[in-house]
Amino acid sequence: MRSLVTRFSAAAAAAGALVPASVYAAAVEGAVQKQATNIEAIVMFMIFVLATLGITFWAARRTKSAKDFYAAGGGITGFQNGLAIAGDYMSAASFLGIAGLVYMSGFDGLIFSVGWLVGWPIILFLIAERLRNLGKYTFADVASYRFQQTPIRTLAACGSLATVTFYLIAQMVGAGKLIQLLFGMDYLWAVVIVGVLMIAYVTFGGMLATTWVQIIKAVLLLSGASFMAFAVLAKFGFSPEAMFSKAVSVHPKATAIMAPGALISDPISAISLGMALMFGTAGLPHILMRFFTVSDAKEARKSVFYATGFIGYFYILTFIIGFGAIVLLLAPDATGAYPFLTTAPAAGALANPATIIGGSNMAAIHTAHAVGGNLFYGFISAVAFATILAVVAGLTLAGASAVSHDLYASVIAKGRASERDEIRVSKITTVIIGIVSIFLGIAFENQNVAFMVGLAFVIAASANFPILLMSMFWGKMTTRGAVMGGWLGLISSVTLLVLGPTVWKSVLGNPAAIFPYDNPGAFTIPLSFIAIWFFSITDNSQTAQDERRSFEAQYIRSQTGLGAEGASAH
Amino acid sequence: MKENAQRILANPKFQELVQKRSAFAWTLSVAMLVIYFGFILLVAFGKGFLGTPIGSGVTTWGIPVGLFTIISAFILTGIYVQRANGEFDELNRQIMEESK
Repeated sequence: MRSLVTRFSAAAAAAGALVPASVYAAAVEGAVQKQATNIEAIVMFMIFVLATLGITFWAARRTKSAKDFYAAGGGITGFQNGLAIAGDYMSAASFLGIAGLVYMSGFDGLIFSVGWLVGWPIILFLIAERLRNLGKYTFADVASYRFQQTPIRTLAACGSLATVTFYLIAQMVGAGKLIQLLFGMDYLWAVVIVGVLMIAYVTFGGMLATTWVQIIKAVLLLSGASFMAFAVLAKFGFSPEAMFSKAVSVHPKATAIMAPGALISDPISAISLGMALMFGTAGLPHILMRFFTVSDAKEARKSVFYATGFIGYFYILTFIIGFGAIVLLLAPDATGAYPFLTTAPAAGALANPATIIGGSNMAAIHTAHAVGGNLFYGFISAVAFATILAVVAGLTLAGASAVSHDLYASVIAKGRASERDEIRVSKITTVIIGIVSIFLGIAFENQNVAFMVGLAFVIAASANFPILLMSMFWGKMTTRGAVMGGWLGLISSVTLLVLGPTVWKSVLGNPAAIFPYDNPGAFTIPLSFIAIWFFSITDNSQTAQDERRSFEAQYIRSQTGLGAEGASAH
Repeated sequence: MKENAQRILANPKFQELVQKRSAFAWTLSVAMLVIYFGFILLVAFGKGFLGTPIGSGVTTWGIPVGLFTIISAFILTGIYVQRANGEFDELNRQIMEESK
C-alpha cells in the first residue's frame, strides 16, 4: 500500500476534483500518473479478453448476412437484450463517475443517476415498439421511412456520427487514463489495446459478438457492484441510517452531503440538464440499434423492462458504493492510518476527500480494495476495463452502420449496393473508426474531454430524438421539416455548447462565457421540434403531399407490425 | 399487403387497439415526466425539503424521494409491458388474423 501512495503526486490526486458540468464523463478528467503494475487485474482482464475473443470467433462463423452483422440475425431474446442494453449504457463514467461524485458531494450523485434512468420508460412507451416494427438496422431506417432518402439519411448519419465520435473520444481518453491508473500500463498502449480489441469484436463478430461482450460485461459489473454494496452495508448491520450517520461524521461537508448541493444552481440549468439526459438517451444511435436485435415488438418491450431494472438497480448500488467510499476511505483503518489518501489529516481534523489517491474517480476502485482486498481490487479494475470495451464496441458498430447502411447503401449507391458490399464497407469503416479513435485518443490525451459526453447527449436529444419521434407520430411532417429541424438541432446544440461556460471558459480559457448555461438542451430541443413543425406545415410541394399520404401505411405497420422485419431463419 | 392494410384500417378492433394503447402509453409517459421533473424542480426550488432529516436521524427526505423516482421508472415500465404484451398483443393478433 505504501508504494502505491508514493507513486501518486498530489497533483494527480487533485485532478479528480469534479466540476459540475463535466460529471457526464467524470472518469476522463485530469492528468493521471501511471500506477504500479497490477498483476491480479491484468490476469483477470486477460481472461476476459480471451473469453470475448473466443465468443467473437464463434460469432464470426454465424455472421453471414447483413442482418447477422447489424442485428445479430434478430434472434436475441428480450432478457439477453435487456442485459446487453444495460451493458451498452452503464459506462465507466457512470460507474466510477457517479460513485466519485457521491464520494465528493453525496446526494448530488443521485440527481445524475435519476436523470440517466428516466429516459428508459419514455423509450418504452413512445419509441421501442414503433422503432422495432418500422426499422431494419439503424434508427435512420425509421426516420426516413416515408421521406426522401438522401437528405434524411445524410442528416441521420451525421447526427449519429457526431454523437458516436464525441462519445467515443471521451471513452478512449477515459480508457487510456483509467488503464494507466489501474494496470500500470502506458497511456499509448492502453488506447491501442482498446482500439484493436474493438475493431476485432466488431469486424469479425458484428452485432452478435458485440451483444455478448456487453452481456458478459453487464453481468460482471452488476455482480461486482452488488458485492461491494453488500459488503459496505454489512459493515453497518444493513442499516442505511447507520451508514449515513457515519458518513456525515467523517465528511467535511457533514450533513450537507445528505441534501442537494451546488451541482444544480438554477432552475433553467436543472431543467435543461434533465431534458438532455432524458431525451438524449432516446436518441443515442448505439442504443436505438439494439432494438433491431430482437425478434419482434414484444421482445423489444421486454428488453426495456429488464434494462430499466438492471440500470436502476446499478445506480442504487453506485450510490451505496459512493457512501461506502466516504465511510471507508475518509475514516482511519484499524491501525489508525489513511491508506487511500495522499495526506493523512492532522490530529483531530477531518480528512479532505480531495486528497484521495488518483482522484475522485478512484473512489469506487479504492472501496473495492478496502472491502475485498487485492484480488477483488484486481477484479473491479478488470471490470472497469471490460466496461469501456463493451461501450466502445457498441459505439463503433453504430458509427459503422451509419456509414455503410445509411450513407453508402442508401445515399451513395441509392439502394443498389449488394449485401456483401454493404457489409464490406461496414467492416472497412469499423477499421477506420478504430484507427481514427486511437489517434483521437492520443491527440486528446491532455485535454479535458469530459464535456464531450454532454455534447453527445445534447446532440442526440436535439437532432436525433426530435426527427425520430416526429416521424413516427406526426403524419403531417415532411422531408423539409425533418431536414430543417434536424440540422438546426444539431448546429444549435454544438454552437451553444461551445459558447457555454464549459468549453468557452474552461476549455478555451476565455474570461467569460457567451452563452450562460452549461447545457443548452432546454433551448435546442424545443427549437428542433418547432422547426420541424414550422417547415412542415408551410411545405405544400407535391412530394410533401405524397409523404403525408404515405403516413397511413407507416402508421399501420408501426402499430401492428404488419410487414415488419422478422428474425432470420437460423 | 395493401389489401391487408385496408382491412386492418377498417377493423374497429384496430381503432380500439390504437386508442387504448396510445392513451395508456401517454398516461404513463406523463406520469414519468411529472415524477422526474417534480424531482428536478424539488432539487432546484425545494433544496430545504430534500435536506430535511426524517425523524431524528441523518437520513433526509431526499433519499426516499430519489429512490422512489428510480423505482417508479422500473414499475411504470413493468405496468406497460404487462398490459402491452398481454391484452394489446392479443388484440393485435386478432386484428392480424382477421386481415388475412
